[in-house]
Order: sequence, then C-alpha cells, then structure tokens
Amino acid sequence: MVTTLDAPVDQGLSIQTRGVGHWFDTKDGRLDVLDDVTIDVAPGEFVALLGPSGCGKSTLLRLIAGLDAPRTGKVGADKVRIVGPDPSRLLVFQDPTLYPWRTVRQNVALGLEATGQAKGAQDRIDRALDLVGLRDFAGSLPNELSGGMAQRAALARVLVNNPRLLLLDEPLGKLDSLTRMTLQAELVRLWQDARFTALLVTHDVEEALLLAERIIIFSPRPARIVREIRVDAAYPRHRDAPELQVLRREILVSLGHDHEL
Amino acid sequence: MNSLAETNRFASLAAITGDRPGVALPTPWRGGLAAAAAWALTAALTWAWPDLTPWVRTGLLALLETGVALFLAGAALLGGVRLAAIHPYDRWFGALAAILSLWQVLTAKTGLLPLPFFPPPQSILEVYTDDAARLFESVWRSLVLLIPGYVIGGALGFLAGVSIGWSKAANYWGHPVLRFVGPLPATAWLPIAFFFFPGSHSASTFLVGLATFFPVAVLTASGVKGVNSAYYDIARTLGGSERFLILKVAVPAALPNVFVGLFMGLGSSFAVLIIAEMMGVKAGLGWYLQWAQGWAAYANLYGALIVMALLFSGLISLLFHVRDQVLAWQKGIVRW
Repeated sequence: MVTTLDAPVDQGLSIQTRGVGHWFDTKDGRLDVLDDVTIDVAPGEFVALLGPSGCGKSTLLRLIAGLDAPRTGKVGADKVRIVGPDPSRLLVFQDPTLYPWRTVRQNVALGLEATGQAKGAQDRIDRALDLVGLRDFAGSLPNELSGGMAQRAALARVLVNNPRLLLLDEPLGKLDSLTRMTLQAELVRLWQDARFTALLVTHDVEEALLLAERIIIFSPRPARIVREIRVDAAYPRHRDAPELQVLRREILVSLGHDHEL
Repeated sequence: MNSLAETNRFASLAAITGDRPGVALPTPWRGGLAAAAAWALTAALTWAWPDLTPWVRTGLLALLETGVALFLAGAALLGGVRLAAIHPYDRWFGALAAILSLWQVLTAKTGLLPLPFFPPPQSILEVYTDDAARLFESVWRSLVLLIPGYVIGGALGFLAGVSIGWSKAANYWGHPVLRFVGPLPATAWLPIAFFFFPGSHSASTFLVGLATFFPVAVLTASGVKGVNSAYYDIARTLGGSERFLILKVAVPAALPNVFVGLFMGLGSSFAVLIIAEMMGVKAGLGWYLQWAQGWAAYANLYGALIVMALLFSGLISLLFHVRDQVLAWQKGIVRW
C-alpha cells in the first residue's frame, strides 16, 4: 500500500460521476449548483473543469474528494462509490491553507502523521520538499513564505502521500502571473512524473489549454456540462501555439464570450 | 572639535576603569546622568532635611537613594550597551526621584499631609525591614491559594471549552450554562462556597478555579468553533481521525484564544483571591491588608499593595512569556 515517492504511482484513479446534482439550502431557499453532471475520467488523465466563477465546479471537487455527499446521482472512484475522504484523493485549494503554527516540513508531514506513517519518513518528506524546491525552507513558518512558495508547500503536502488523484481547485488563482506560469510548468512536470489523475478547476482558459488533455466546459450556475474539448498538443505546451489559439477561440464561444473576440 | 574632546575624556575614563585603551566607548547616556543627579538630590534631601518626628529608616532610605543614584551614574558612564534596555526609561527614573522627594517633603519633612493616612516612604521601608517575615508568609499563603485553583480551573475550562467548541451535544448542554452562569462574578459564590466546603482553603481554591474556569471555557470554545473549516477539510482528506482533528487542528488553532482566556481568568482570580482572603481565609496578602487596616497601620497597607502589584504583574508577565514561547508562530500579538 505504501508506495515511495520516487516509484511513481503507475495507475491513477479513474473517476465516474453519474447524473450528479447538488444544491445548498440557504435562507433564500434552495441554491442549485450542479445539474446532471456525468463525467468519466480515465486513470492518469489530466482534465480541466472550465467555467465561470462560482458556477459550482468547486462543489464537484468536494464531492469527488468525499468531503460532501451529492444530493442526487453517484460519484465513484475506480467504479467504487465514494463515501468519504481518502488519502488517495487529495485536494489543493486556491488558498494554500497551511497550518500557520507548523513549519513547512511539519505541514508536509501532516498526512503521514495522520495515518501514522510519520516515523522514519524523513526521506520521503525531504524528497517531497525537493520536488517543489522548498528543501531550504523546511524550517520556515508559513507566514514567512511568499504566495508561490506557500502554494508549493501545499503541493508537497499532498504529493508526499502519493495521491492517485489530485483535485486542484484553482490552485494558482491568487498568484501573480509570472509565478503562475512557473507553477503551471511544474504541475505538468509533476503530473508526467507521478502519473496521478488530475482534475483541475479553473476559470482561466489559457491555463486549461496549457495543462489539460481534455477540457470540460460548464455553464453558469447551476453547472451543467456544455461541451468537451480534447487538447492533443504535446507537452510542454507553449501558450502562443497556433493550435491552442484555435481551441481558445472555440472555448470562448462556448462560454458565450464570442463578442469579445 | 567637540567630539575629539569627548573621545579624550572617555579614554581617560577607560583608563580609570581598567578598560583596554583604544576600545571606543559609546556616548554617555545623558538621560541616565540627569536621573542620577535627581536621585542624588533626593538622597541629600532625605539625609539633610531633618524629619519632623524622627523616623527609624530615614538613614537607610538615603542610603538606598544614593545607591540608585550611583547605579544610574555607573550605567550612564560605563554601562555601554549592556544596560541599553533601560535607557528609554530615563524620564521614569527622574520622575520617581521627584515623586519620592515631594512625598517626603509633604509627609516626613513638613507633615502637611496628616498621619496615619499618609505615611512617608521611610515608614514603608520600615515595613519591609521589620515586618518582612509576615509579608513573605502572606505572599506564600496567597500563592498556595492561587496557583492550584488557577491550574485546576484553567485545565477544566480548557477541557470544557474544547468539548463545547467541538461536540454538538456538549455545545447544546454546555453553552447555555456558560451563558447563564458565566456572567456571575465568582465572588458572588463566596457565601455559598464557604458554606458548602469543609474549610476556607478549599472554598477559596474553588472560587479561584471558578473565576478562571469561565473565561477560559468561553474563549476556548469560541476559538475551536472559529477554526477555518478548510483546515479540517485538509486533515480529513489526508486521513486524519477525529482525535487527530481535535488534537492537531482544533487545539493548536484555538490556542491564541485560550491564552486570552487564561489572561482574563488570571485577572479575575486575583480579585477573588484577595476577597476570599479578607472574608474567610485569614492568611495571605488580602488578609494582611485587612489586618493592617485594623491596626490603622497604613504604611503596612501601602507596603502590601506594592508587593501585590509586583507579584500580580510578575505573574501576568510570566503568563505572557509562556504565551510568546508557545505561540512563537504568531505575529503581531498583543504585548504586555
């Protein structure tokens, strides 16, 4: 069960959702966020969920993470129904949400501690820190890190557990554009090395085109699948590649932003 | 020019004190020199102006004032960077000398303020030299009463706060009790406590514990309830059990609040302690105050108040020191 970081997980999880609907009960009544969402993600695939902000994509990630249960429909991993959180399916949020009272190293060790594997795992933690280039900041506290470094630490915190599925909830949304470009390239590299399945929620068309093999486009809330687009370009991709520009145009049309082209 | 003359002066000074020549001395602490002069004047006033009716410790007071003057002069000229921490307080040192002088002029020297309500400083000094044993005993008895009650009350308040903050059932039953009973000052329980407990000591420990319990419980509970829910999501996806979520997420995240509760609890436990000692325990600093009042020994009263201020502010400083160690990760926290 315990795999080491340098032996890549050869098999990402596959994800199935069947007719998933979800809503929240607010004081103004029922707020629908997901409507009849059916998705299949193959093991090791990188899929972007693209849609306007606040459309309900993040809720879908929480359902797949097992943090919430869908009101209707089914959510499964490797064709087994998801009933709760599991360390094989890990989330990275828009905010790094590192524990401010723990050093970077202690934050990275969190999952190993939670599952009782922390003892003797120092090498594994070191490798995870190396993977995101934070070895020299292992002893730093989160409030001493820049936004990009904090998000790297948050990535190390999940990667050290060898997740089979990485759920990325606009993880680069709050970073400055240069840091974001660096981290986009690093995400692709990490995914290519470790072969986990990746589900990226974003409202950034360019980011989806750079990272994902497949882009699922959602409507405004309640999120409904509008369209799927396959991106066949080889990695590493260049943002100015003409084939991506063509797809970008198509996606913007699907999102209803054709008048801005 | 001027600075050269000063350098020469320091060189000769360094030779006198045996410092290696060539080591550059910093400029003298001018405020310290002024304060030293003020204390020397105060000492001269104490010594040279005869008391209206002679006080036993006037000579000792003059000696101590001279000592302070010498210390300040030494710190100003030779202290260098070692005593730099006290430099910003030069005006305070000066003001204390002025207050001490004025106080003596109004009391021991002219009798403008009547005895026994306005004892001169030399009589308070006499309390410390002649009644030290009783004062020490009182401090000791107060601490013996305060610390067990505070520790027990704080620990139970912490446990109750974590339970109420975490568990819905504990919150349902515990929160209304905290809301309803918490605002009662612990001193209001005094008559009941002295009736129910076998001795005044256990009753006072209970009251001190109660005074600590409520603020710690309320603030711990609100700290646990206020933890960023994303912290829990992270721990849950990483495979953390409920125990892990409480001990590794809820408690550390709530600790800043816990310390605010401990601080408030310490303050109210002082109040309860003194009143309990006055009302029933017949020992400790509260009792000393009442005993001194009974004998119209106002010098003892003021003397005990000064000891109490030192003791309590010392305890609060200690708590803040512990807090700074435990919460070193926090920035911009309240300073004491």
